Amino acid sequence: MENRPLEYDYTVTKMFMFTTILLGIVGMLIGVILAFQLAFPGVNLFLGEGLAEYTNFSRLRPLHTDAVIFGFTLSGIFATWYYVGQRVLKVSMAESKLLMFLGKLHFWLYLVTVAAVVVSLFAGVTTSKEYAEFEWPIDIAIVVVWVLFGLGIFGLIGIRREKSLYISVWYYIATFLGIAMLYLFNNMEIPTMLASAPDGSHVGGNWYHSISMYAGTNDALVQWWYGHNAVAFGFTVPIVAMIYYFLPKESGQAIYSYKLSLLSFWGLMFLYLWAGGHHLLYSTVPDWVQTMGSIFSVILILPSWGSAINMLLTMKGEWQQVAASPLIKFMILASTFYMFSTLEGPIQAIKSVNAIAHFTDWIVGHVHDGVLGWVGFMIMAALFHMAPRVFKREIYSKSLMTTQFWIQTLGVVLYFTSMWIAGITQGMMWRAHDEFGNLAYSFIDTVTVLHPYYTIRGVGGLLYLVGFLMFAYNIYKTMSARPVEESELQSASPMGA
Amino acid sequence: MFHWLEKHPFFFSVGVFLVIAFAGLVEILPSFAQASRPVIGTKPYSILETTGRQIYIKNSCNACHSQLIRPFKSETDRYGHYSLSGEYAYDRPFLWGSKRTGPDLMRVGNYRTTDWHENHMKDPAGVVPGSVMPAYRWMYTNIADIPTAYAEQLTNAQFFSVPYNEPIPMKDGTTEVVKMGNNVTQAHAMALAEAKEIAADMKDQNVKDAVARGEIPEIVALIAYLNSLK
Repeated sequence: MENRPLEYDYTVTKMFMFTTILLGIVGMLIGVILAFQLAFPGVNLFLGEGLAEYTNFSRLRPLHTDAVIFGFTLSGIFATWYYVGQRVLKVSMAESKLLMFLGKLHFWLYLVTVAAVVVSLFAGVTTSKEYAEFEWPIDIAIVVVWVLFGLGIFGLIGIRREKSLYISVWYYIATFLGIAMLYLFNNMEIPTMLASAPDGSHVGGNWYHSISMYAGTNDALVQWWYGHNAVAFGFTVPIVAMIYYFLPKESGQAIYSYKLSLLSFWGLMFLYLWAGGHHLLYSTVPDWVQTMGSIFSVILILPSWGSAINMLLTMKGEWQQVAASPLIKFMILASTFYMFSTLEGPIQAIKSVNAIAHFTDWIVGHVHDGVLGWVGFMIMAALFHMAPRVFKREIYSKSLMTTQFWIQTLGVVLYFTSMWIAGITQGMMWRAHDEFGNLAYSFIDTVTVLHPYYTIRGVGGLLYLVGFLMFAYNIYKTMSARPVEESELQSASPMGA
Repeated sequence: MFHWLEKHPFFFSVGVFLVIAFAGLVEILPSFAQASRPVIGTKPYSILETTGRQIYIKNSCNACHSQLIRPFKSETDRYGHYSLSGEYAYDRPFLWGSKRTGPDLMRVGNYRTTDWHENHMKDPAGVVPGSVMPAYRWMYTNIADIPTAYAEQLTNAQFFSVPYNEPIPMKDGTTEVVKMGNNVTQAHAMALAEAKEIAADMKDQNVKDAVARGEIPEIVALIAYLNSLK
């Protein structure tokens, strides 16, 4: 028994791979619709006047952000955890009936929660707090799903053979703890059904409605401590976990520097949480919190670039692999976009830059070069790497991967360049004064000027979606069409023409 | 130390948690110690305004409109006095927004009228040529949910001591009282009284008829809320 290689069990990984792709398509499709609604407002009525309430921009917008964050990205995180966890801890899910049961329960409860979220957001049931729109019954379900994820992590760690935790596991643990803390504190709310009428009569009203425990400025402070760090622990930390595992595996190269990974990890953990205040510059939160947010955002470049440089140097002497393998291309571009958006973010966090950038499309552009370029590319690369090992087949088509890569790269470039120009143009027009000190432009002037950029952004988003559909097709064909791989695969993933 | 931590997951997790929790403790707790106090002249929302605020949230108006005027000349010229912390004392949740696809609405009640909103919500581009805002025509027929708004008022009063039925100091030295009903029937009657004043300034015959029947279309409540933003 001891001499045979471990048979890892990918049942739960496969389930979450499925939702990664499904919810990715949903989230990106809604994103493309939103983009064209801003360019051509008639698109708000694409299902007719009768359904306008459910198809207009304002109803769809939270669905887009939540489908991408809590659908696509979280599924990707879960899928990779149930794959990477077993391998770096040298233990199979099949060894524990309990862990297997918890893993499956995790998936099915997650799916039910996603369905509840979709229904409630279409119905306009929302708390309005960004990326925390869900009312308290769904919040409770999310906490249960999250606890199951935690049990999966610590359960597997509990029965591990490899005593030392690999770098990726650090990041998965941090993801679990960080989101748990942030989500709980930001969603403290009082269900309004707990209140009673002064004369003791029945009040009625929606049982699921609640109001925040915090008011005004305090609510904003907690929200952006959450909002910023949900990005940290949803879009950064677990994605770094992925690249620390998948890049060395796929390239056959060892991580360049252990010390650099140590510095980056603990640096990121300590610094990230301070930076939330940069969402509230020039607002009514205390000035020192704003300044701290600004300063820590700039220092945050160090651990962010530490990880990214560690990844790039891992490829030292092996750069021909970037040309040869589309899978390596995805990961190298992902870590390049990570460097890029972790430089752009701190620039926007400088107070004088923020005065122009805040409230404009430049911020939207920044989010998307992070999410499309870094998160999206890395999760797709992870799925591409896992597919041959999980389904025991070679990847269906290498040329399709390469085409997808270039289409999506073009999409991202169109997206962020158009949003840079749109954001800075609008920010400058808002503040422009004429020679007499009057405002030079009415607000609507600063909207109509954006039309060409909104159109270009829509095209960029559409290209990315097309690439994602190619990805989905490639994975589908991998699952269903090709002959079986018998041996345990070492580094580079096998790909068909 | 790090090698040891990497072999001891429990202590590793405790370490990570302490490191990430630290910033929150330092940045957020002090601000809570001095909880938001309302500035003079800030009133809690009436029943119809609360209903309208819920409709504003239901339709994610905050996805495109901010309610935060920054202290720059260009913003005070365009929107009015910059925002003060105490003005948000009764805002649960806060509605600052993070994106201005449309203009700020913090003080929209100072410069837009019921009539303007009625036309604009029905056909934004008809009032502001070039507008990319979608129309909200269903609000003219959907009936507003008064009981949920009343439950919210009660929650504010009972859990957060929001001063309903108490004199509130105004800027001119006088006081005003925002009344809250004793039960949902009273609350509905008060909402209807407010709605009648709004509907009197509106042209849409269906809305006027609904209010006359004792029903309050969503648009009436939303306009009541927007008019209260000053």
